[in-house]
Amino acid sequence: MLAGRQSWLFRNRPVILATGVTGGPFEAAGALPNDFDVLHDDIWLGQTSFEKAEKKLLEEACEKAIHKAGLKKDDIHFFFSGDLMNQIISSSFTARTLGIPYFGLFGACSSSMESLSLAAFVVNAGGARFALAATSSHNGAVNKQYRYPTEYGAQLPPTAQWTVTGAGAALLAAEGPGPRVTMATIGRIVDMGISDPFNMGAAMAPAAVDTIESHFRDFQLDASYYDLIATGDLGKVGHAIAGDLLQKHGLAIPGEKFTDCGLLIYKDDQPVMAGASGCACSAVVTYGHLLNRLRRGELRRILVVATGALLSPLSYQQKESIPCIAHAVAIEREDG
Amino acid sequence: MEKFILAFLVGGAICMLGQLLMDVFRLTPAHMTVSLVVAGAVLGGLGLYEPLIKFAGAGASVPISSFGNSLVSGALAEAERNGIVGVLTGIFEVTSAGISSAIIFGFIASLLFKPKG
Repeated sequence: MLAGRQSWLFRNRPVILATGVTGGPFEAAGALPNDFDVLHDDIWLGQTSFEKAEKKLLEEACEKAIHKAGLKKDDIHFFFSGDLMNQIISSSFTARTLGIPYFGLFGACSSSMESLSLAAFVVNAGGARFALAATSSHNGAVNKQYRYPTEYGAQLPPTAQWTVTGAGAALLAAEGPGPRVTMATIGRIVDMGISDPFNMGAAMAPAAVDTIESHFRDFQLDASYYDLIATGDLGKVGHAIAGDLLQKHGLAIPGEKFTDCGLLIYKDDQPVMAGASGCACSAVVTYGHLLNRLRRGELRRILVVATGALLSPLSYQQKESIPCIAHAVAIEREDG
Repeated sequence: MEKFILAFLVGGAICMLGQLLMDVFRLTPAHMTVSLVVAGAVLGGLGLYEPLIKFAGAGASVPISSFGNSLVSGALAEAERNGIVGVLTGIFEVTSAGISSAIIFGFIASLLFKPKG
């Protein structure tokens, strides 16, 4: 099971039985509208606050995944979820609705792969027959908590990123048809001293590189094993830095194989500055777009490296630098 | 015409200073605004801001630095009339219209509109 220093090999190859992917109007106008299960035309989702809207997105994603797998909530043994709100309220309130035994996680935008790797570990070890891994974010709620409320009208620098409004959930099972979770590498904190919350991509890039390097070392693999290696939400700035760092470390990944979820989800003409970010970014792109490509056979093996910036509004105001992390999960076709 | 050009140049210079504070010195928008208010207050206290308003008109009276000047000049005028307590009572005298309307119109806007996110 344990592979190398910080990785897990899942010998029983847990299956992603079904996924649920929800989004808002800005995502509907983006580059991947067909990869969502549910798209809303109102960022409020008929709720009275952005936080309640985010919880609704997460509930819907989870319910969609359970429904698509032909299961009921009671069939799911454990629910692993994290989000960006203070005290991870979106996840906990969703767990209240679902009534499934729950692990609340905080990995900021790395929550998608943190929850998926833990759920896979539990299912692989026989700790559950069915486990649900999910995460969510909401642009309005995140701007309010971490940056400035939109109405305040603060200028954004070109390195800023656009938080995805959406949620993604993956239902893992011990057996069944679907893509397999085969490996995971758990990241350690990397902090290069960047303290600008409007340049998260640059702050997180070294963490992504550290985890990719560890993954290759622990499994004695190189980039040729994968058809695609996708980081979570580095955006244009972070993606370029990560590419350069990998090259410096002698691990250059060919351009067509190396992408970032934050560069895939929106169209070029959408005003997202350096790209997308948020917990939902890697979740919706992986559970929607990338798994669909895997199912269609366009890809056989992918490595998703979800990146997280573990700052709080308070730590940033107190001029602390931003600790960053990245978790990598390998997903392969069942015949791969 | 000359008036307009002077207003444009001086007002533009103050705004450019604000932009530089954010872009080069990495100040947050709130810190930048407060810095300009404090700069206006200091210049007002030294008696330099009123001549600037005379020189550039709206170019100096519209930017937020003028608010700092108004705070100090209100306090100084009241202090002359009523002694040291006037500093406390006069500080919002000239600026009360601005502060009250910010609160009242902000409140009305929040009743009428919903944030678009």
